[in-house]
Formats: sequence, structure tokens, C-alpha cells
Amino acid sequence: MVGHGDIRVVHRGGSKINSRQSVITQDSRFLLCASGECVKVFSTSTEECVHDLRGHTDAVTGVLLKPSNHLQVYSCSADGTVRLWDFTEGIHIKTYVIGYPVYSIYASAHHEGVIFVVTPMLNDKRSEVFQLVAVHLPQSGDQLVEALELSAVLSDVSSNPAAIGFGKGGEFIASAKGLHLEVFFFKKQKSYRFSLKEDNRKGGKNTFMCVACHQKEDCIATGHEDGKIRLWRNFNHKKEYTYSTLHWHHSAVSSLCFTPEGTNLLSGGLESVLVQWRYNQESQRDFLPRLGSAITHIAVSPDGALFCTSHSDNKITIIQSSVKVSAVIQGLVKGESVRTDLMVDPRSKSLVLNGKPGQLQFYSLQRDKLLYNLDIVQQEYIHESGLEQFEVVKAAFDASGSWMATVEERNQKAAELELNLKLWAFDEQTQSFVLNTNISAPHEARITDMCFCQAADSQTTMLVSTSKDGHFKAWQLSAAAHTEDEGPSWSCDFVGAYHGLVPERCCFSADGSLLAVSFQEVVTVWSPASWELLTTLSQPPQAIRDLCFGRLSCSKYLLGTTASKLLCCWNLLTCSLEWSTTMDVSLLLADPLTENMAAFCFQAGGTDLFVFKPSEPRPLFSHKAVCSGKVTRAIFSPREEMLESCEESSQWLNRSQLHFLTQYMDLMTFTTKAEEDRLLASSRQLVVDDSVAMTPFYLLLGKHRQQETEDAVSSSLSSDTVPQSSAAIKQLLQTPAHVMPSTSYLCSMFVQSLLISVTDSREENKHAEEKMDSEREEEDSEEEMEPSNPRPQQASEGGPEAPALTKAQLRELRRVRKQDHSWSAGFL
Amino acid sequence: MASFKPTKIQVYPKLGEKVTQDTLYWKNYKAPLHIKEFGAITNIDFSPVAPHNFAVTAFTRIHIYGPFSQEPVKSFTRFKDTAYCGRFRSDGQLLVAGCEDSVVRLFDVSGKVALRMFKGHTKAVHVTDFISDRYQILTGSDDYTCRLWDLPNATELNTYQEHTDYIRCGVASKINRDLFITGSYDHTLKLFDARVDKSVMTMDHGQPVESLLLYPSEGLLVSAGGRYVKVWDLLKGGQPLVSLKNHHKTVTSLCLSSSGQRLLSASLDRHVKVYNTTNYKVVHNFDYAASILSLALAPDDESIVVGMTNSILSIKHRKSLEDSKEISGHQRRRPSYRVFVKGKNPVPKRDDYLVSKPVKQHLAKYDKQLQKFNVTKALDTALETWTRHRKPEITVAVMKELDRRGTLKNALAGRDEQALARLLNFLIGNVVDPRFAPVLVTAAEMILDIYRSVIGQSPVVDRQLLRLQELLEKEIDYQQDLLEVMGMLDTMFASSFPRMEVPCPGISRANGLAGGDGITSRPQIQAT
Repeated sequence: MVGHGDIRVVHRGGSKINSRQSVITQDSRFLLCASGECVKVFSTSTEECVHDLRGHTDAVTGVLLKPSNHLQVYSCSADGTVRLWDFTEGIHIKTYVIGYPVYSIYASAHHEGVIFVVTPMLNDKRSEVFQLVAVHLPQSGDQLVEALELSAVLSDVSSNPAAIGFGKGGEFIASAKGLHLEVFFFKKQKSYRFSLKEDNRKGGKNTFMCVACHQKEDCIATGHEDGKIRLWRNFNHKKEYTYSTLHWHHSAVSSLCFTPEGTNLLSGGLESVLVQWRYNQESQRDFLPRLGSAITHIAVSPDGALFCTSHSDNKITIIQSSVKVSAVIQGLVKGESVRTDLMVDPRSKSLVLNGKPGQLQFYSLQRDKLLYNLDIVQQEYIHESGLEQFEVVKAAFDASGSWMATVEERNQKAAELELNLKLWAFDEQTQSFVLNTNISAPHEARITDMCFCQAADSQTTMLVSTSKDGHFKAWQLSAAAHTEDEGPSWSCDFVGAYHGLVPERCCFSADGSLLAVSFQEVVTVWSPASWELLTTLSQPPQAIRDLCFGRLSCSKYLLGTTASKLLCCWNLLTCSLEWSTTMDVSLLLADPLTENMAAFCFQAGGTDLFVFKPSEPRPLFSHKAVCSGKVTRAIFSPREEMLESCEESSQWLNRSQLHFLTQYMDLMTFTTKAEEDRLLASSRQLVVDDSVAMTPFYLLLGKHRQQETEDAVSSSLSSDTVPQSSAAIKQLLQTPAHVMPSTSYLCSMFVQSLLISVTDSREENKHAEEKMDSEREEEDSEEEMEPSNPRPQQASEGGPEAPALTKAQLRELRRVRKQDHSWSAGFL
Repeated sequence: MASFKPTKIQVYPKLGEKVTQDTLYWKNYKAPLHIKEFGAITNIDFSPVAPHNFAVTAFTRIHIYGPFSQEPVKSFTRFKDTAYCGRFRSDGQLLVAGCEDSVVRLFDVSGKVALRMFKGHTKAVHVTDFISDRYQILTGSDDYTCRLWDLPNATELNTYQEHTDYIRCGVASKINRDLFITGSYDHTLKLFDARVDKSVMTMDHGQPVESLLLYPSEGLLVSAGGRYVKVWDLLKGGQPLVSLKNHHKTVTSLCLSSSGQRLLSASLDRHVKVYNTTNYKVVHNFDYAASILSLALAPDDESIVVGMTNSILSIKHRKSLEDSKEISGHQRRRPSYRVFVKGKNPVPKRDDYLVSKPVKQHLAKYDKQLQKFNVTKALDTALETWTRHRKPEITVAVMKELDRRGTLKNALAGRDEQALARLLNFLIGNVVDPRFAPVLVTAAEMILDIYRSVIGQSPVVDRQLLRLQELLEKEIDYQQDLLEVMGMLDTMFASSFPRMEVPCPGISRANGLAGGDGITSRPQIQAT
């Protein structure tokens, strides 16, 4: 065993952004959504992620704008805390410790200082019973506050955040669970309960799915499992309540939302159609069809200009109120399983796997961003449960990335298997793949494996597919036979079989001169040039599971794993078994850039990783218990820049990175300590003094406090001094050249100003003199600053992006300028 | 938000003729011009000089047509009996023709009366030709002889009596004034040299020889007889080069295209075939209404003239470039200038805000219905008469799409007698088509499931169901037969290619080698 001291397994990107309803800010410029353990702030116009609000230690379960301050946002998490953030700058303001896992959060402008959270029943945390609790937030200056004043409002509520809603003017709160709708009136401190029968006469299910309350009138809309929407009125009487029913959806309504003015009601569900109902004119509906996949949440911006829908394929769509899609924020799409292997597109170096039904997704690992989806099936997707759809089951890239092959299949119950093999050519002009050849029914049975000839210098590329029908076929690009056809297309070149056995795996050697095809327990080696069977290798008694050629200096080795827990290495020069060892390898893969091979071994409920060279008996690296469960998908992806690690155990990570998918579809990777340190170093700048938002006002006054406390961290200091000097820089730039000191004199000062200064007594004195002035100016400057405040500010970029000058600062500068060049001392 | 993706119509490889350069070239002729002659047209000959008139020998007359005339510009009618083989001299001034009455006549093209009469043959003369020195003619006759005649004084120069049957074709060399070749019903071709008294080369065609053709280079000779067209290499002493058997009746006439790249053969089977002269593959095929006796191509392939047994002369002229352009211009109706220019002139000014018009997606009728989930209507539109007959693949694709959506049963159900009859009609027409069978079989099963209860209520539907049943039974028999044939073929292939298994012993040897190594290496592993 080689120690694995500094190599760690970490999550790498691709977290869910559709788990909870997202929030659009007051000015409709940002969209906030819960994503794993952080809250992501996206720009609604550019779709780019502006900040990550990090701090929670467990999944974030809710995001909510603070009703009294539209520039701050609450987030709640299963770690039992509610945090308050300034999202424009990405600053953490406060943490309220609740002490119980929080599943959703609600607040109303009419209940100041109170938030409502859903927690498990206080007495037993394990149970599936939840209650709605009002939390009185203590007014305290501390950053970490324990919220002790908890009072239960409703017991037995749903943990689904969509099932609770505040009514008009915060007068009541409505909660639906199962077949009951409960409305709690705060004034009367009384709740009414309305129940529905389980089934109606036509067999529809009446279970409540979601609740939305009209903000101007007393009306509650509820969505039901059978696709009906009920509008409840007059519910402040136990008996005389009425409801009307709207029905368009054919399956459960998963989300409902009223627009802020209450003129429209939005609903969505599995059909992936956003339906806009006119309030009081329900026969008039607007539809936005084909949103891609089932709608899970709908949110409306406070001014009603934007809607946003979260979808089950990890996507958020931003829709203008004219029912037009304006932006799409797409995360990594994760299904229940990845049918295609993980692949790396040789051109974009992006991870390729199947995402949305019938599509391939190209996901940039470096930027943690979905580049694009490629529609493989090119058929209208019907959103209906229980339908057999075409699925992309195999995909392969050739060495240069100019060709891609995909296999899609549809397995009907009675009828035959429908198979399509498609070959896609990369189009330089559109920078995407274009369908070149579509081969329907390439094989008679399911395709088990497919690979391209990986030789980089070969003129013609070749594709080999193996199938359960007992044949493997070689496909080759051939010129058009007739004058009519435009370009070359792919056709079958060779059909091979071996004693009627079923081929399972195929693999080309690195130079493309050999093709190995495994037929159950026999490995056959063919020459693709002449289609001659060169040799057979076999290691009975069990079938070959995985097959892999060595690379570079180890290209004479062919490695295979068998179902009988054997890892074999054949030497192709002597056609003999070089070595073999007993391990249950669930996945074997070769690094395309080095000789290294990685083997994931399944042992006792966990997976171990071994990295080795075929020519060396000892593994380079091994890692016990990488994760629980079997690892069946992994990929070596090339690094953008090489790491220079001299430590032996981590050298294998120098040129490429190993990513793998766990049983629960988490994308994990291995990082070295050096890499982590670098990441940390780059993110440290982000850490600003958390207590107060970094406003220009703060920049003037903050230093006084700093002087008092004397506990300034280097990071906060740097964030203070840099804007200060930036004012000086501005001054420097505005001053006419002929009154300036010589450049050589300024230069050294300028450079020094960029360094972190330790103390600056002179500056502090100046401030002390001016304290009164600046305080007097306070009101004016506040007013002035207000419009400039919501501007996104990259705290990470430090100096150059410093906030606008306040009047006080300007005055100071003016005064400073009078004293000859002494302002330039501000650099020091 | 993606737009609606239209139903994918499977493109099937086109059956039948492939479009090649040759088909494009040979199809570029206008509709044929038919001229009724007095009897079977036995020979057509183009004048070698400029207007390229052609002489058509039919029954007792020889007509000369101009290149674009429908009426003969000249006719020679002074034959006592059926005329044969009217041919022009290389300067286009003189014409020679044989006759059933054994007299060979020589005409001036501008005159009417024969200039010379060559008497000497005892039976009908079917072959006449000018020798390349322009002052001698060659004749071949049913009296088994061929003779050379002197033009100026109408005397017989030489007689060759080597053939043992009727001489029905002959050709004189255009380069050498002494050489000529005759073909006879005694299956032989003979090359004669006028300087010696006997043939210098004999080739056996194997069938009665009907037509002869010399390549312009005169290195190759083409002969037609029986169903065969054979090519001989004269420079290699008459070695047979290729034998072509593409007609199923006697080949009667041969012709070379002007470039010499294509060879044409006409046959009694009513076809004219065009061969590539480099690989002798058939590249094109013309069909005619009756058995063809004679064929000629105008210089530059300007027209194809074919004479048939039903005394029809068919002339096809090549489409000129202007013609083809004109036709395409006619087909596309252009909008008027005003409409065409509308909206093109305004240039956006600097401050103008350009509002882009959304591109409207055009959808087929059935797609529009599918988009609205109107499954029955979608199937109805796909079953419209034109689509059903001309583009069954569209109907099948819509059915497949409905099946994919799981709504095919809904779409098929609830049809009245007429609609059901139409559906069944379509099934009967296409269910055995291997391209459509997988989809249509499921559809047929569903129809039978749905309409089981109404069987016996409508005579129309019942009749069609019975037809469908018959069709399927026939198809099953047919498939069984095919499987039997496959089995037979498999055994034949297996027995005829015993050598195919040869690599296997080699492999097994290698296998054994590998196995042996495997055995030796295994203990090592255990040791480690």
C-alpha cells in the first residue's frame, strides 16, 4: 500500500439548482437560488453566476428576500441555521442558530422581526412530522445570534416549501398537507381546516400539491395531484367557504404562483408548459409550451416583470411577463443513471454525458458550467410518464474530436428494439456537431460497446461497434457513390464474428494497428488493416468485463478484467499472460496522456482505487474506500495546465484529473494538497470583514472602529487601504502632468501602495481631525449613495473597483491637494 | 424553449435507376418524333457532310431526311423490290443501295435516277458500302459472295466466296483502301484484303452475325449476332476482347457515340443499351415501342434515330441549352417586378430600431395536428390520397410517431366504414413492404383488436380483411420459400469455400501457443 497522504476526494461542481424555489431580487437584476451548500447569485440578463454565498455546512433549503430590506436575503439550511446575506456584494451579515434542521423559510412584511420556518417536530428529530415555527429574531449586533424565541404556529405541515403560503397582508398563513388545507389567522389566532375527499367521482386524486395566496384579495389557490387547481374563497368561515375549479393540467400541479398585482395565476407541472390564468377570467389562458422538462417551482419577481421556473433537469428559465423566454440557467443534468460513459470532448475538453432525455450535455469541468446540450434524438419529447422514449446509450469521440458517434435505442414492450447509430461531424463554422450519417438498425440486438480508432495520424477514422447479436461491425467513412450526394458518409466496412459468441468489449490500441474484441472469455486481436484474426487470448473460466490497451511505453500490454475477479495483463509481443491478480475490478480505464491505468475495485460495500503502470508490479497510488457503492463511470480529463508535483504518489495527477460518478450520481474528483492550497489562496481575497456591508460610508468610518479594536486581519486591512489609495490614484490621474512630481518618484510609491501596509498613523490622524465633518456629511452622502448601491461590486478585485467617492472623501482630497504633494504620501 | 420538432420522415435509399452523368446525358433528349414509313426500316445512315442528312431504307424506298425536317427532303423510289442498306459516300454526294432483286444501284444524292446499276449477284444484296478510296464499292449478298465493284465503269473487280451462308453485314475500313470486313449467318467474321484474293482473318462469333462496327481507330471491331455483342482486337489477330450479353433478343444494330466513349446496341427486345467502352458496363438504357432493326446517332450525338419493325422511324433531338433553360423558366412562375422589389428598397436609417420578424416555422399538416395532440386528425391528414399513394413513408412515419407517443390506438379507433376501408387499403398495399412492415404490423394488430366486434357488419371491410388475410398467408409462404433458398445457399457456400476455414487452424495453433504460454505463466502467478 502506498500512502495517499495529501490526495483527497472532493465534490466537483454540478450541484442542483432546482431543489428549491429561486428568488428574483427587487430590481429584477439578480436571481438567487439554493445550490448544494451555497446560495448562487446569477445575473438575470447574462445568465452568469455573480457570487456564491458560502457558509452553510449542509444543504441550503430555502432562500428568501428580507421583507424589510430588499438588499438582504435569508437562507436556511438543514444545518439548523438561518443566515442573512448582502447579495449584491456577497457578504455574510448574520447567522441565526435555530438548532433544528430547517426545511423551508417564510416571512411577511407585516410580521417584522419574525420569520417562519418549517422544522421537524421538536420532540423527536427522526420523525417525518413537521411543524411551522415562528422565530423572533433577536436584535443584536453580534454576527452569531442564537434565536431562542420559538413558537409553534401550525403543527403537522408538509415539508414541501410550496405547500405553505402567506395570505393578503400577512393576515393568514395557509398550509396544505395530504387532503387538508389549514388556514391560520394571526389576528384571531385561530385556524380553520378544510378537507377534501380522497377521490372524486371520476377517479381523480384530490391530494394537495401546492398552495399560493392572492396578495390583494382573500383567495387561496391550491394545486392538486389530478391536475386541478382550486380557488378557495370565503375561507374565514368554517362552513360557508366556496371554491371554484380550474382544470388544464393532465398530471399533478407542482407549482402555483400569483403575480404581485394578482392579475395572473401561473401554474406548471410535468407537462413542462407554463400556464398563465387571468384572475377572474379563468377561461383565458396563455401558454408557454416546450420548456424542456417538468416544472418544479415557479417564482415571480417583486415587480412582476420576470417569472422564473425551475425544472426537473436542473435548469432555471427566466421568462419575461410577455411569456417569452429571456434566459436559461442550466446546471449539470443528472438522471438516475448515466447510460453513456463519461467522455471528454477532445476539442472543448468538456465532460460529455447524457443529460436531458435524448440529448448529450457538454459540461465544462474547469468553469463548472454547462456549455451546451446537443439534441441527438431530434424528436419531439412527450412529457408523459410511462412512455418509452429514445435514449442515448452510447457515445464515442474520435481522437481529434472531429467525429462523434452516438447510439440511441428505444425498447418497446412487445415490439423489437429500435436502434439508431448516428455519426456527427464537427462543423467549424457553427462550432458544434452536425449529423452526417444516420444508420437505423445497425445491429440486430443491443450494442454493447463502441470505440473509435484513436490513432491521431490516420487518414481515415474507423468506428467499431459490438453487439449482442454476435457480430462486431467496422464502420468507415467513404466517399459518395453517386453524383447526387454531397459529402462522404459512413458505411459498414467489415462484419466480424467469432464462433457465434457474443462480443462484449472492443478496444483499439493507441496507434490503431490492433483491435481487441472480447468474446465472452476469449479476447480476439484483429488487424484493422486487413481484418485478419491475429491471435486469441483467453483466461477462463469467466467472461471478460473490461478491456484496455496500455499507452505510450506500455503499448505492448493489453489489460482485461474478468467477471471472476481477475485483472489480467497480456503481453502482445509474446502473446502470453504477463501477470494477473485477483481483484474485483468494476472499472478499468487508461489515462490517454500517460501510461497510468486506474482500476476501481469493489470491495465490501466500498470502492478502492488503484493507479498503476502495466509494466510495474507495484501500484503508483491506492486509495481505500473512495466512496460507498460501486463506481461504474469514471474518466481521466486532461488538465489545462500541468501540475508540478514531485511527490511520487501524486505525480499521476500531474497531467490529468480523474473524475468519477458515485452510485448517487455525485461527480467527484481527486485533488492534491498543492492544488487545494492554490484554490484557497485565490478565494481568500473573497473573505471580507463580514459584519458590515462594505459601503463607502463604512470605508470612512470603519477604520475608526478598526483602530479601536486593533484586531484587523490582513485581509480586511488590504480591503481598506486599497480603496483609499485608489482615490489617490484617481487624483494622480486627474492632476495635470506639469504639476506632478517625477515619475520615478511616484513609481516606487505606487508599487508600495499596492502592497499591504501595516499601520498608517498619519492617515488615521487625518481622519481623526475630520471626524466631525464626515459625520455631518453623513445624511447627504447616504442619499447620494443610494442609487449607486445595488451596483454589483467585485470585492475580489479589490482596488480598481473601489466604490464611488463620497462628498466627504472628495473634500478631503481637495484639502489634501492644497498641501502640495503631500497627498501622494497616501501611498505609503 | 425549443420549437416543435417535426416528425422525422425516414429516407429510404432510392430503388431503381441511379442518377449518373450518363443518365443525365442520355436523358437530355426531347420527346421523340415519330414518322411512319412504308415498311420495316432496315438501315439508317447519316451523311458525313455538313447538313448531316440521313438516309432511311424502308421497304422499296430510301428517304433522305434533313436534320430537322419531318418530311423527307428526297426519296429514291426506283426499286423493283425491297431496298437494303442505303449508304452515303464519304463526301455525301453518292448513295449506294442493295436490293432484293440482286441489283446494286448507285444514286447521285441530287438526282433521281440511278447513275449506275451493278448486276452480278444472284440473290438479294443486303450489304453495300463504299471503299475508302471512294471509287469502289463493296457488296455482300445472300448468294454467299461478296464483291468489289469499280464505280466509273461499273465492272466487278473481285469476288470472294468464302462465307457459307448469307452475308448480312459488312463494313469497309475508313483508313485503309484495301480492307473490309463482312459478317455472315455462318457465324464468322472475315477480314478481307483487296490486294489478295482471300480473307486474311476469320473470327468466330458463335451466332449469325447481324451487325458490324469498326472503332474510329480501327483497332477494335464490334460484332453483334444473336444475343451477344462481341468486341475483337484486330491488332492482336482477331482476339476476342469481351462478350456482352445484355439483350434478351437478337441484337440488330450497333453504333458509337461521337466521342467514341459510349457504344450503343439496339435489339429486337426493343431496347437500346449504352455501354461504357472502357469497362463495357451498361450505363444507360432506352426503351422503344417495337423491335428495333436499325439505329444511328447524328454527329455530336445531336439526335438518335431508330427504325423499328412496325415501320416507325423515331427521331430524338438533343435539348439545346436554351431549351432546358426555357423549360425551367416556365416551371417557376416569378412574381411581378413590383411585388419582387417590395420591401427591398428601404435602407434602415441610423437611428432606426430594427425589429426582427420572428421566423415562422413551417410545419406539415400532420405535424400541426400532432403539435396540438389531435392524433386522429394527424392520422387522417397522413392518410390523404396523395400522401398514401405517392409517399407511403410519410404515412408510416406518422404512424410510428403516434406509436411512440402511445396514442396510435386512439388514432386508429372510432373510424367509420369509409375511413376504416381506407386504412385497410393502405395496409394491404404496404404491410408486406419490408421497409414499413415493423410499424404496419403493430398497426394491423391494433386495428384487428379494436374492430373485432364490428366484423361482419360491413361487406366492404370484410372483403378487405379477407384480402389482408390472403396477402399475409401468401407472404408467409413466400418467406418460407426464401428461408429454404437461404438454407440451400448456405450449404452451397459452405461447401464451395472450404478454404475459408484455413485461417482457423493457424489461429488454433496460435491459440495453442498462447494457451501453452498461459499454462507456463500461470504457476508463476501463483508463485507471486
